[in-house]
Amino acid sequence: MYSRTYKAGVTLPPLLWIVLFLLVPYAILFCYSFWSVSPSEVIVHNWSLGNYAELIRQPMYLTTLLRSMRIAASVTVLALLLGYPVAYYLSFHAAKRRDLLYLLVIIPLWASYLVRGYAWKTILGTDGVLNGVLNFLHVTNALLFLQEHLNVFFAAHSLMHNWHVSFVPLSFLLYSPFAVVIMLTHIYTPFTFLPIYASLEHIPRNLLEASHDLGASPWKTFLRVILPLSLPGVVAGATFAFVLSLGDFLAPLLVGGPSGIMISNIVASEFGAAYNWPLGAAISLCMLLLVVGLLFLTERLERSLSFS
Amino acid sequence: MTSTLSGGNAPADSSSPAPLLSIRNVEKGFGARKVLRGISLDVAAGEFLTILGESGSGKTTLLRLIAGFEMPDRGEIWMGDERLDVLPPYLRPVNTVFQSYALFPHLSVFENVAYGLRAQSVSKAEIPDRVRRTLEMVKMSEYERAAPARLSGGQQQRVALARALVNQPRVLLLDEPLSALDANLRKQMHVELKSLQREVGITFVFVTHDQEEAMALSDRIALLRGGSLEQVASPRDIYSRPETSYVAQFIGQTNLLDAEVRNGVASCGALVWQTFAPSGRATFSLRPDSIRIVSPGSSAHADISATRFQGRIAHQTFGGASDLLEIECGNGQILRVRLSGPGPLSGTHEFEFRAVDAVRVREAGAD
Repeated sequence: MYSRTYKAGVTLPPLLWIVLFLLVPYAILFCYSFWSVSPSEVIVHNWSLGNYAELIRQPMYLTTLLRSMRIAASVTVLALLLGYPVAYYLSFHAAKRRDLLYLLVIIPLWASYLVRGYAWKTILGTDGVLNGVLNFLHVTNALLFLQEHLNVFFAAHSLMHNWHVSFVPLSFLLYSPFAVVIMLTHIYTPFTFLPIYASLEHIPRNLLEASHDLGASPWKTFLRVILPLSLPGVVAGATFAFVLSLGDFLAPLLVGGPSGIMISNIVASEFGAAYNWPLGAAISLCMLLLVVGLLFLTERLERSLSFS
Repeated sequence: MTSTLSGGNAPADSSSPAPLLSIRNVEKGFGARKVLRGISLDVAAGEFLTILGESGSGKTTLLRLIAGFEMPDRGEIWMGDERLDVLPPYLRPVNTVFQSYALFPHLSVFENVAYGLRAQSVSKAEIPDRVRRTLEMVKMSEYERAAPARLSGGQQQRVALARALVNQPRVLLLDEPLSALDANLRKQMHVELKSLQREVGITFVFVTHDQEEAMALSDRIALLRGGSLEQVASPRDIYSRPETSYVAQFIGQTNLLDAEVRNGVASCGALVWQTFAPSGRATFSLRPDSIRIVSPGSSAHADISATRFQGRIAHQTFGGASDLLEIECGNGQILRVRLSGPGPLSGTHEFEFRAVDAVRVREAGAD
């Protein structure tokens, strides 16, 4: 059908692109991860597993990884909880307003990531919009009052405990894992919304009629027909949110503070200030392996959940 | 306008005094488009009623109103002494077999059939037994564990039927359930469906555009046209006693004779016959199979009520058991005649029909 040159012309450029800018860098990264840095800050090309051993030996890396995963998991759950109802409403009940609402959900994707980051900074900061409103409503005072009188309760409250809460103004809002979760949820909710919306749109509407016809109330119909049939979209959305948050670098940098550092910040610092490229490469490869494994699993899960 | 509501009066000899399902003056429109105009229809318990009509006649809308997927603009629907049209679909004691089957793709055949029982919280111990018995009834026992996507259209149809029947609805609604099947399978399903209905004794309301299907299956046919009921009667009655020219043409084939009646004698071209119709213009329906050919040797007056006329064979279509002929009987008047096994015919012959077989019908759209 098509000539050899045509086929080559179509396939070669992207292939070349992938090889040059993806596979080759990974290969270089792979090599780096086995090298080391001398005290005089020169890359030493002797092969060893030292960097990987270091990752296990130093608890900081694992702690940060676990925090990153915790943050990513929180973002995933929140983004699903926000994205699913919106997708459900748009798909089943929005009718005329659907196009407008769809646009409103998607528009944030077009705004610059940095702009949104700085926006959250001004919202969550101690002099920020949120504190201003809470102060105006005397909520912060009330929380302070509660804290004084229910000290024991608050101390036992692991969430507050972990995130070093102090009130008036609510400083924990900014420069904390909380802030990172808020910002990432905002950024990645459209990524959960889209696949869920697509999977809901694919559900034949006569299945809902059949369910009602067989005596299932709207709630039962949701649990037994809509939810199971939309699970592939949920898995896809969760994968997006989790993987993208896990590797996020800017949100912790902008609003995370010292307690909100994530694994990508460490990678960045190893390649930057710390000048330990080999260690950075080792972390990167571990992360890559983790994410590829995750994608492989969710891909299989998604396929086992779809019935078309 | 309301002169076609004869369906409201079930035949006097109908066994049940009170109808099971009663549709009363139901109207439904979508936007400016009127889909149903004042439908009144009673369905007796255990009856197999077919709603027959062309596409766009409103037959599916009528079914969806009974199921509860649409709300009537006006009128009421009753089941015994319970008003149905105010209930949501999941509280109505009716079940639907959908045209596209609408089986749940994520559930096995067994779970599809069990769906209604689970939804209505039937005791867990009872479910497997009822599901298996129903699957047996539709001959799908061996596919219990299969996913719907792996079944053929006919098999999916059976599962859809089982899924609805297992709930023992008071009325089963069937929305052109056989339209997606090929002709042979459909004929086979006709027989099975009919015997199944006798077996379970559930009232069937069946929607179709296929008049042959309607004739084969129904106790009564409700013929819908442009959102109004044209006639409600048994297949035999609706065939031999059509009330309007539309019914006569829609059910089977017919010759519509636009006749002049004078003093009990109707005449239309070369045809003259006796009638009880009052003088004036009238339309008669004469079925092609009511016309016989007079063999040359037969005695001149075997049947005194028969009307005889000469016709020239214009066209003959072989049809196996019977042939369809078009005969020309002067002044360009064409009649269709159905004869069983006549052999090849040509030239002019003498034909006859009995005057009672020319049925006076109301003109289409006259009301």
